[in-house]
Amino acid sequence: MKPAAFDYFAPKNIEEALALLGEHGYDAKPLAGGQSLVPTMNFRLAQPTVLVDLNGIDELFFIRESGDGLRIGAMTRQRAVERSPLVQRRAPLIHETMPHIAHPQIRNRGTFGGSLAHADPASELPALAVTLDARLRVQSSRGERWVAARDFYLDLFATDMQPDELLVEIAIPDLPARTGWAFDEVARRHGDYAMAGAAATVTLAEDGTIAAARLVYLSVGDFPTQAVQAEALLTGEQPTAALIRAAAETAAAQDIDPGSDIHASADYRRHLAKVLAGRVLARAVERAKMTADDRR
Amino acid sequence: MSRSIPITVTVNTTEYSRSVEARLLLSDFLRHDLELTGTHVGCEHGVCGACTVLLDGAPVRSCLLFAVQANGREVMTVEGLSTGPNPEQMHPLQTGFWDAHGLQCGYCTPGILMSIVPFLEENPDPSEQEIREALSGNLCRCTGYQKIVEAVQVGARLMRETAK
Ligand code: FES
Ligand code: FES
Repeated sequence: MKPAAFDYFAPKNIEEALALLGEHGYDAKPLAGGQSLVPTMNFRLAQPTVLVDLNGIDELFFIRESGDGLRIGAMTRQRAVERSPLVQRRAPLIHETMPHIAHPQIRNRGTFGGSLAHADPASELPALAVTLDARLRVQSSRGERWVAARDFYLDLFATDMQPDELLVEIAIPDLPARTGWAFDEVARRHGDYAMAGAAATVTLAEDGTIAAARLVYLSVGDFPTQAVQAEALLTGEQPTAALIRAAAETAAAQDIDPGSDIHASADYRRHLAKVLAGRVLARAVERAKMTADDRR
Repeated sequence: MSRSIPITVTVNTTEYSRSVEARLLLSDFLRHDLELTGTHVGCEHGVCGACTVLLDGAPVRSCLLFAVQANGREVMTVEGLSTGPNPEQMHPLQTGFWDAHGLQCGYCTPGILMSIVPFLEENPDPSEQEIREALSGNLCRCTGYQKIVEAVQVGARLMRETAK
């Protein structure tokens, strides 16, 4: 099918884009990579009457270091994030996850911020943002504010942003010392939407116990789901195989409430959630031990 | 509402200036306005990969771009791969598909070629696993993929030889 007609604007800077979004409100949609928006427009599930194309706004494309981590411009292509040595060094969890996102042809167009703002519960980047305590800079002609990723996701495809607001920049803090990380997902075919996925970080204390653990799922709820009970179970304990198994069981049984759809039943998703949690937690602990050894 | 927007796009090194509606997809611009029907449209929502073209050298889905977004940019379609109409003027990857029977109906082939040419330019000697991953964004309803993988292997070898 073909999209319905719309008025097209291609602003050259953020200020112009914000003015357009402010003027047109709910009728307008920002167009980032378009890899999710254009299909829904082709199906006429979305019929914005105004499209504000962000692809000509150079100031939204960047990856740079800040004092405490990385700053990524919202329009940075996913392919650029995947290939960035800076991201590989300072946000290895993101580096490891990027190849799981769709296909190269999609990542060449798809953007880092577009995926975060689209808030598809099956997409990887929102779950990573929550795992890494990312902060999102949101602007409108009324001003700007920073939102923590864990406060950003409200519901299915729903974020804390107003129609006149634009996600412009994402701050990714460095991982603490002695921290390991891992991502894994299960999809029917490489590049398909995952039936379930999980990201984890584990920080070890000097004595080898777990000082902090983070476990976040995608595709098992309406938005990124943090497995808080599993995290509590892990904290303060020695990272044994038995502990990881218990945490994975808790996460799958108590922290999530997955739904059934044509891709997977709720039971199967719970099963995947348990297996994935076991894998990512074990790998995160391994890596945390390695970085702890490196520092000695 | 549907006012025309003037655009200039370079396709396969030829510059085209046209007036288009904003909602015109790049795939339809190529096929209907420029009559370059080598770019195929299978699903029109980014899943099948048949419409893959190069935008400034990078493979993208032309059904997920508006033609206005290609204004001032360079597009390469499957028509740009060969240097002429004769079999010996085909791109080495096309020869690979010819030699290894990498197509049946051929509907998926242009998208596969446009995905794999840049892949092989970056990774001239890929493993079978890497080839299968590179193909994962393109659907084929006929071949079962085995022959496509072989065709890419033959094409890769021919590309390496011509590069020498
Ligand atoms: S027609 Fe574009 S991906 Fe199928
Ligand atoms: S050869 Fe028929 S779809 Fe691939």
